[in-house]
Amino acid sequence: MELTGADIFVRCLIEQGVDHLFGYPGGAVLPIYDALDKQEKFQHILVRHEQAATHAADGYARSTGKPGVVLVTSGPGATNAVTGIATAYMDSIPMVVFTGQVPTALIGNDAFQEVDSVGITRPCVKHNFLVKDVNDLALTIKKAFYVATTGRPGPVVVDIPKDVATAKAEFHYPKRVSMRSYNPVTKGHPRQIKKAVELMLEAERPVLYTGGGVILSNASSQLVEMTKLLGYPLTNTLMGLGAFPASHKQNLGMLGMHGTYEANMAMHNCDVLIAIGARFDDRVTGNVEKFCPNARIVHIDIDPASISKNVRVDVPIVGPVDQVLKEMLKLLKERKQKPDAAALKSWWKQIEEWRGMDCLKYDRDSELIKPQYVLETMHKITRGDAFVTSDVGQHQMWAAQFYKFDKPNRWINSGGLGTMGFGLPAAMGVQLAHPKATVACVTGEGSIQMCIQELSTCRQYGLPLKIINLNNGFLGMVRQWQQFFYDGRYAMSYMDSLPDFVKLAEAYGHVGMQITKPEDVEPALKEAFKMKDRLVFMDFLTDKTENVYPMIPAGAGQNEMILV
Amino acid sequence: MRHIISILMENEAGALSRVAGLFSARGYNIESLTVAPTEDASLSRMTLVTRGTDEVIEQITKQLNKLIDVVKLMDMHEGPHIEREMMLIKVRAAGPARDEVKRLADIFRGSIIDVTDTIYTIEVTGTSDKLDAFVQAITQTDIIEVVRSGVTGIARGERALRV
Repeated sequence: MELTGADIFVRCLIEQGVDHLFGYPGGAVLPIYDALDKQEKFQHILVRHEQAATHAADGYARSTGKPGVVLVTSGPGATNAVTGIATAYMDSIPMVVFTGQVPTALIGNDAFQEVDSVGITRPCVKHNFLVKDVNDLALTIKKAFYVATTGRPGPVVVDIPKDVATAKAEFHYPKRVSMRSYNPVTKGHPRQIKKAVELMLEAERPVLYTGGGVILSNASSQLVEMTKLLGYPLTNTLMGLGAFPASHKQNLGMLGMHGTYEANMAMHNCDVLIAIGARFDDRVTGNVEKFCPNARIVHIDIDPASISKNVRVDVPIVGPVDQVLKEMLKLLKERKQKPDAAALKSWWKQIEEWRGMDCLKYDRDSELIKPQYVLETMHKITRGDAFVTSDVGQHQMWAAQFYKFDKPNRWINSGGLGTMGFGLPAAMGVQLAHPKATVACVTGEGSIQMCIQELSTCRQYGLPLKIINLNNGFLGMVRQWQQFFYDGRYAMSYMDSLPDFVKLAEAYGHVGMQITKPEDVEPALKEAFKMKDRLVFMDFLTDKTENVYPMIPAGAGQNEMILV
Repeated sequence: MRHIISILMENEAGALSRVAGLFSARGYNIESLTVAPTEDASLSRMTLVTRGTDEVIEQITKQLNKLIDVVKLMDMHEGPHIEREMMLIKVRAAGPARDEVKRLADIFRGSIIDVTDTIYTIEVTGTSDKLDAFVQAITQTDIIEVVRSGVTGIARGERALRV
């Protein structure tokens, strides 16, 4: 039987097992919305801005490992989605974004709500397609999901002109698809893995440096097993938090610009660095000239282009992290050679000295609310078991430092692109995927206002998020840089004329709270997290002068931290 | 160092802009770029000339390989290869210059493919250096127009870029 393109679209999503579609209607996608309305297999979530649709799908994907799916209209619908697409691209998040397009006959005519969506998104997608013939639609959708979810994941855009959605074709959804030009690796090279294991066992001062790739590859259990077996210290990148329990003593915490003293010092002084699913980002390495000066480096990554891009490595392994770690574990268990216990003992002694610096200390007797205290208390009250999304800035770094993640897929933040406005819509996606879970959005008064309209979406779908607004009246990270590097000239970093967030939350039908004193922090958090069926917006008025420490200034080496 | 990279791509709309976009987004330079269909209608072959350190060239080839439409590529400089470029050059050829231009064209094994009372249009094929040399040699005359195809290349012997 012949179906319209719109019906084919719906059938493809059902075949693909999609349960949530995040979107916003408009002229070019009206036929698709009409078809959506006739089915009940998956739920369409109506956001209030297309940027939020992509972030919500992103949060859904990061917390489940399944691709996020988005539908927006042509022109402004597509351009609004771009920020969220770029966010997903930078963090390698699987996502399929469908954009409506003007009818094929009008393409290139500067038609109403026309934009070259494929052209605009090209630099920030893994791949994109323009479907010009309804007969190609099903196969293209299959390819889009295949490309988005395999290899190094990423967003894929499928642009569907309005006449393609109304034209008819036979529906056939292929079970599998193969592309001669796209064959992601499925296994690491055995010889390279063997070389890496030999090097790892020779180490006297080893460090495991692990990133978001471990989480994307669902390799947390292998990482935990291998790290414990070796007894080596481990540090997580911002994207890798939770892949190895933060509460475990072998975990030195996050590394990089706002990483812990012990993690950065261990990196700087190590002799063998084992990089797993991490990409030597500039926020991690600091000045690459000064990076790990005495280390031989093993690097496991699914993307060959990530290897030796910023830092030359000695033993590259291209492959999925889970597979490679399985092979490594096998070899480690077979081998008679064990890690050098004496060397390791003195290495740990050195690390414990660094750890003794207590680099995350802050003034616990302050009469002002310290943001770190809010997050520590939230960790206590939620027993470290919440999904935590964040926006971008100081609050993001404090959340990463003070909410100790013991499980993967729980920490949801925009690491690569650093997108303010990400936190709230991402939390919606997480809550929809995990209706019973506790989901908190840690944000600031700057970031939250970039997507605050989504409080309305939360109301519509009854999403009981807990919003932790660390309100210091400043774009805090901007202010911190201005204090350190621009002689305290606070150009445009002061947030004037802030709304009354309590009233605002109430206006949207939610619960609002304002907390101004340290002694009220714990009771307020307890009360809020007890309200299982209400969104609670908690506006914490925090110390305006607090900074994120430690800090590696731009251009400095990992051992050149500013400490509190 | 200068590298010639040959790429087999799916013959899809927008494939060229993916490559061009990659080079501009990542700050790599392109000296020349040519693209045309192959004997297999589903593939087009692109030849691009770029310059960079070994590290940069390694990144370029890795990033190109990452493009979903790229089926296969080859850095010509990994083995013996032949490169060719074609140039059409239109020069003023009147009076005593007319014979001189003809002589130079013969020396460079060029052929005069269009003639008027005052103008010769010459076709020259060879390496880029040879074309440069011809332009140098003919500077005495009045050059009206130069058009070059950009470099194409092919590996010698058994080595081949094919699916």
